[in-house]
Amino acid sequence: MLKTLLSGDNPRSKVLSLVLLAVVISLALAPFLFPGTKSLETAARICIFIVLVASYDLLLGYAGIVSFAHTMFFGIGAYGTALALSATGPTFLSILWGTGAGVVIAAAFALAIGLFSLRVKAIFFAMVTLAVASAFAIAVSQASWLTGGEDGLNYRIPRELTPAFKLLPDKVFGVRINGKLLNYYLVFFSSAILFIVMLRIVNSPFGRTLQAVRDNAFRAEAIGYRVIWYRTTATVLSAVMAALAGSLLAIWLRYTGPATTLSMEIMIDILLMVVIGGMGTMYGAILGATIFILAQTYLQNLMGVAADATSFVPFISHLVEPERWLLWLGVLFILSVYFFPSGIVGRLREMKS
Amino acid sequence: MSDTTIKPRIEKAPVLERITTALPIALVPVLAVLGFVAIGDPAAWLTLTVAGLAMGLMIFIMASGLTVVFGLMDVINFGHGAFISVGAFVGFSILIWLGGWTASSSVFLNLAAVFLAILVSMVATGLMGYAFERVIVMPVYGQHLKQILVTMGGLIVAQQLIHVFWGPDEIHVARPESLRGSIVIGEAAIEKYRLVAVGIGVALFLAMRHVLKSTKIGLLVRAGVENGEMVEALGYRIRRLFLIVFMVGSALAGLGGVMWGLYQETITAHMGSEIMVLVFIVVIIGGLGSVEGCFIGALLVGLLSNYTAFLAPKVALVSTIALMVIILMWRPQGLYPVVKAK
Repeated sequence: MLKTLLSGDNPRSKVLSLVLLAVVISLALAPFLFPGTKSLETAARICIFIVLVASYDLLLGYAGIVSFAHTMFFGIGAYGTALALSATGPTFLSILWGTGAGVVIAAAFALAIGLFSLRVKAIFFAMVTLAVASAFAIAVSQASWLTGGEDGLNYRIPRELTPAFKLLPDKVFGVRINGKLLNYYLVFFSSAILFIVMLRIVNSPFGRTLQAVRDNAFRAEAIGYRVIWYRTTATVLSAVMAALAGSLLAIWLRYTGPATTLSMEIMIDILLMVVIGGMGTMYGAILGATIFILAQTYLQNLMGVAADATSFVPFISHLVEPERWLLWLGVLFILSVYFFPSGIVGRLREMKS
Repeated sequence: MSDTTIKPRIEKAPVLERITTALPIALVPVLAVLGFVAIGDPAAWLTLTVAGLAMGLMIFIMASGLTVVFGLMDVINFGHGAFISVGAFVGFSILIWLGGWTASSSVFLNLAAVFLAILVSMVATGLMGYAFERVIVMPVYGQHLKQILVTMGGLIVAQQLIHVFWGPDEIHVARPESLRGSIVIGEAAIEKYRLVAVGIGVALFLAMRHVLKSTKIGLLVRAGVENGEMVEALGYRIRRLFLIVFMVGSALAGLGGVMWGLYQETITAHMGSEIMVLVFIVVIIGGLGSVEGCFIGALLVGLLSNYTAFLAPKVALVSTIALMVIILMWRPQGLYPVVKAK
């Protein structure tokens, strides 16, 4: 059963399986294991980013295409749901049509960009997506009549998903069973399903062809596969997945703004997560997102301690200031591209053999 | 029958073909005329046109290095923006240090301060380009995917290092006395600094054309763009040539950074990556690897952004994307594609 669920693509390493199991169990039981608002926020963020990063891995790791427009699709999904919720009221129906509209628009955008620029070369696509995504982010923050501009949108979500909704009168293991918990499990199970679907995609014949195209486009074309068709389909699929992750974020946060969905910083975060976790291994997305977000949330405290400890050395203390954590992740990123391009997952798999 | 010797015949391209090749050059005047029709007010149009040319030429300075580097070695440097930011920060440090010179009313001292700032920042970014090429780019020649990722990583690290050295806040520096204010022609007010920027940009373009078209190193660079292996087979070390081009390109980015910083009078560590969006659009419009195309593309982008900023401020950046889309529909490889086979 497990094998079917994972589409026959097992972690293939004992350590990796254990780590993954630990992450999945922690996320599944997060409300009970780590009570508190901050840790629940972190857990939900990890779930959403696992989907987002895995969908980027579909593009970068499996199709070998670098896109800088991934946050654009993420944002389209989030804004679709957010606009629907603010326009037609907090019902599940508005979530449904908002998400649907977001997915369709994201797919249409991805199709247009793909057909337009994937014919030429990988570098070209990277540059075009970078330009289009920045223009989109600026357009969204200026269209304040529709999107709330820089301030973003605040809206209400269905009452069943808010803390005001009590499911059981008593606490279970010291945790209130309320709408917030339901909301978390909506995020968790949706993320799990989306991840399994993506695992299925990359292990299907389509996914194999995609890898062939990545490794040698010329040969794949010669065998008779339409390279442009495979690349464009991969772009569209990953855009759809990113849009779905975006609507999960919109439902969870009850807020959608440019800084949480469209900014270049998030794009760079995704890039770091994919590469550090491991390109071309779906499990890398789980590890990358978990490690990165935990670091983002908790490493800064640790670096604050280090900065205090070295405060008498003028230059070093600047290097380990909490705000400089991205510097060290950047260095780690460069080193991983050089020395272990398949990331942590690849390392763990090599250790076994 | 003896006079049937084969004479060399120099083929001239048919008129139509020559016109289509030269067509992109006409785009800039056409855009200027369209802008005139849309704006209607000659004074406003003149101000905007000069502003657009100044902006375009500054972008050209930053983009030219990137495009030649790509043409020569098939390396696209996503970290190019780091040189722009570092150049601006180094230049501004010098200007702050020479505060007495920039505040004095002597034109000579003002220009000397700016010149020194430009010189130091170009040397600094040139050296940084050397380090960047050796450490970041060299190990990943020929692998596009890794190049994009690694140079992006270099950009992140460089931006963070700027924060470490110069602190997290943006820096303001006023322009030197004699570059402030504007000249009034008729009813149009033209900022002096923009004229200086246009002057530097045009001079640089002419110098670059001269170097590329009529010096030996330019010949080697052009030959390298056309067929790198053949240049190597003839005994030239293309890697060394590439290193020089990379350093010059980085130094030009630094120059562009100082000029852009003086134009805005405010610099942040992120300014480089923000300008890079325009730089990429320009490089794509011009055709990867082409200096002339890059020049035309930069002017088009500069003019169009200023016209649309005046006519419809909300669509300024979107309009440049639209321009890119239109140009690519007309010529899918850009205006003057240089790199064909790679």
